[in-house]
Amino acid sequence: MKEIFPKAKRRAVYLDHAAATPVDPQVLEVMLPFLKNEFGNPGGLYAKGRTAAQAIANARKSISDVLGCPANSIVFTGSGTESDNLAIMGIAKGYFEKGKHVVSNKIEHDAVLHPLDELKKQDFEITYVDVTEHGQVTPKSIVDALREDTILVSVIYANNEIGTINPIADIGRAILKWKKENGRGPLDAPFFHTDACQAAGALELNVEKLHVDLMTINGSKIYGPKGSGFLYMRRGLKVKPIVFGGAQEFRKRPGTENVANIVGLAKALELAQAEKEVENKRLIELRDWFIDQFQKRISKVVLNGHPQDRLPNNVNLSVLDIEGEALILYLDEYGIAISTGSACTSITLDPSHVITGIGKPYEYAHSSMRFTLGKSTTKEDLEYVLKIMEPVVKFLRQISPVNLQIGEAKSVSMASAFVDGGVPHFVKKNQS
Amino acid sequence: MTNKKPIKSKGKDVVNQHTGQSWVYSPTVKDHFFHPRNLLLDEPTPEVEAQFDARGTVGSPACGDVMDIWIKVDRDTEEISDLKWKTFGCGSAIAATSMYSVMLTENNGMKLDDALKVKPQDIMERLGGLPNRKIHCSVLADKAFRKAVNNYFRNTEQTDRIIVEGKRVIDPTTNTTDKDIEEAVLEGAQTIEDVQKKLKVAVGASDDVKLAVEELIRFYCEKYYG
Repeated sequence: MKEIFPKAKRRAVYLDHAAATPVDPQVLEVMLPFLKNEFGNPGGLYAKGRTAAQAIANARKSISDVLGCPANSIVFTGSGTESDNLAIMGIAKGYFEKGKHVVSNKIEHDAVLHPLDELKKQDFEITYVDVTEHGQVTPKSIVDALREDTILVSVIYANNEIGTINPIADIGRAILKWKKENGRGPLDAPFFHTDACQAAGALELNVEKLHVDLMTINGSKIYGPKGSGFLYMRRGLKVKPIVFGGAQEFRKRPGTENVANIVGLAKALELAQAEKEVENKRLIELRDWFIDQFQKRISKVVLNGHPQDRLPNNVNLSVLDIEGEALILYLDEYGIAISTGSACTSITLDPSHVITGIGKPYEYAHSSMRFTLGKSTTKEDLEYVLKIMEPVVKFLRQISPVNLQIGEAKSVSMASAFVDGGVPHFVKKNQS
Repeated sequence: MTNKKPIKSKGKDVVNQHTGQSWVYSPTVKDHFFHPRNLLLDEPTPEVEAQFDARGTVGSPACGDVMDIWIKVDRDTEEISDLKWKTFGCGSAIAATSMYSVMLTENNGMKLDDALKVKPQDIMERLGGLPNRKIHCSVLADKAFRKAVNNYFRNTEQTDRIIVEGKRVIDPTTNTTDKDIEEAVLEGAQTIEDVQKKLKVAVGASDDVKLAVEELIRFYCEKYYG
C-alpha cells in the first residue's frame, strides 16, 4: 500500500486564536513589574500600595476611553465567564422583583447558557429566540420576545464557534425604542448585555454606539493574560455581587486585585483597538482566500456561519463524511492546531450546540472544524494547511462508511447505527 | 501494509481542549492510528461485498460514530480468513478497530467462537491502554463484529447459533446480563456499588468481570444522562 500521508517539512501553524492567544510582548512588559517588585496590595496606604492602586486606576481609565464610558463603570473580574455570570446573576438578583423573564438564544457561549439554566431553577422564565441559518439574532425577534416582566436580554456580539457577528447596535436601539414606547427610562428594565470576548479585538466597542448596558470582555482572546476580564455596567444599574468579601471593585467583585493581569488586559485592549483596522483588512483577505481555496480543492465543504458578517479571523467549515477528532489528531502530527465541534472532543460527548443550533444535521457538527487566524498567521501557513489537508481528508473519506451529499439529511443519516429506535442520547435529552 | 513506521512527532501527546486531559497514547496506539490495518478502502459495492460472507454495522449512541465490518469465514474450520472495516469515528475508534482486526485475523485467523470471546479489555491490553472516556469507542468494533457473525449465521442457516443482541452474560456467577445493568442505570444507579445493591453482580468476582460491569455502567450513564 502507498504511503497514506504526504511527507512535508513540519511547520508549526497555530490556528486556534479563538481559544487562546499568546501574550503580546508589549503586554508582558507592562505586566512584569507587578509580578516582581511592585507586588503591593492596592489596598495598602504606603507607597507600594499606592503604586498598585494607581496602576489599576490607569488601566480602568484606558479601558473606559475605548468604551466611551465613565471609568467607574468598569469592574475587573477573573475571566469572561465570571463577567457573564456577574452580569446575568447580578441583574437577576437586583431586579427579580420587577420580573423574572430573560431573553437570549440557544447558540450563546456556555458562560451565558449555564447561568440561565441556574435562573430557571429559581423560577425564572427564559425565552430563546430563533437565530437565522447563519446564526444571527434579529432585532425584531428580540423585540417580539420582550414582555412586561423582562429584565434582561443577552446576545453574544460575535459567536465563538462560527464567528457570526450580531447587529448589537440595532438590537440595542430596538430595545431602547421598546422601552420608550412602554414608558420606561434608560435605567428601567429590561437591560441589554452582550458577551464581546471574541469581538474585542476586531469590532466597535463604544457602549453608547452599541446601546448596551452590560458588556463582557476578557484578555486571553486579545493577546492579554488568561484569567483577566472585566464587565462594563451602565452607571446606576443595580448589579448585585455574586461573591462576597472586601470592598474591592466597588463591592461588585471582592478579592485582592490581580494587578498584573488588570494592567495587561488594559494594554492588550488598547493595542487591539489601535491595530484593528489594518489587521482586520489583512485577516479578511486571508480568511476569504482560505475559504475559497479550501472549497476549490476539497469537495463537499460547507461554510458554517455568515459569509460576510463574520469575524475577520474565523473560518468554520464542515468537511462532510469525516470525523473532526481524528482529523485534528492527524493534523497535530504536522504541527497544525485547530479545533472541532465534534462530540468526541467534548466531556459530555455532545456535538456542538452552535452547529446544531443553526439547523445543521449532527454529521455537520461532527465534521466541523474551526480555524481561527491571528496576528502571526501568514498566507504560507494557510497554504501549508491546505497542502496537508487534501490527502488527510481524502484518506478519512476513503475509510468512512458515511457518504452525505450537501443539502441532504436533516437528521441522523444512519438511524440503524443508534440503538433504541435510532435516536442518539443528546436528542433524547433535549426532548425530555 | 508495508510502511509501519509512525510519523515522527515532536509534540508528545494531544491534550483535550476542554478537560486538559492528555491523549497519552502508547506507541502501539499511535502506530495503528497512523497506519490502520485491514481497512476496506474500496467503496462497498455489491461486487466488493460479494467477496465477503457477512457485514455488521453499528454506531455509538454517545458519540455518533459509525462502524462497518465485513468478514469472510472458512466454512470448514470456521476461521476468519478475512476481515475489513470502515469507520466514521474518532482517533481511538480507528486505533482500537485496527488492533481488533489484527487480533482476529493473525495466525490464519481466529475461530468464530474464540473471536466472539475477545473482550474490549483484551484490545486495550494489546494497545497498551486508552484514556478512560475513550474506551466505549473500541466497544464498537466488537459490537459490529457480533452483528456480522450473526448475519453470517443467518446466511449459512445456523439460526440457532445467533446471539440475541443486548443480552450478553457479563457475570456468569449471577447470570447478570448487560440488559440488567442497563435497567439498573435507568433506575438511577451510577456506580458499581449502586448496581451491586440492586443486582449483587460481580461481588467477589474477578477484575475482568468488575471492569466489564464498570464499563457498562459508564456507557449507559453517558448514554442516558450525558
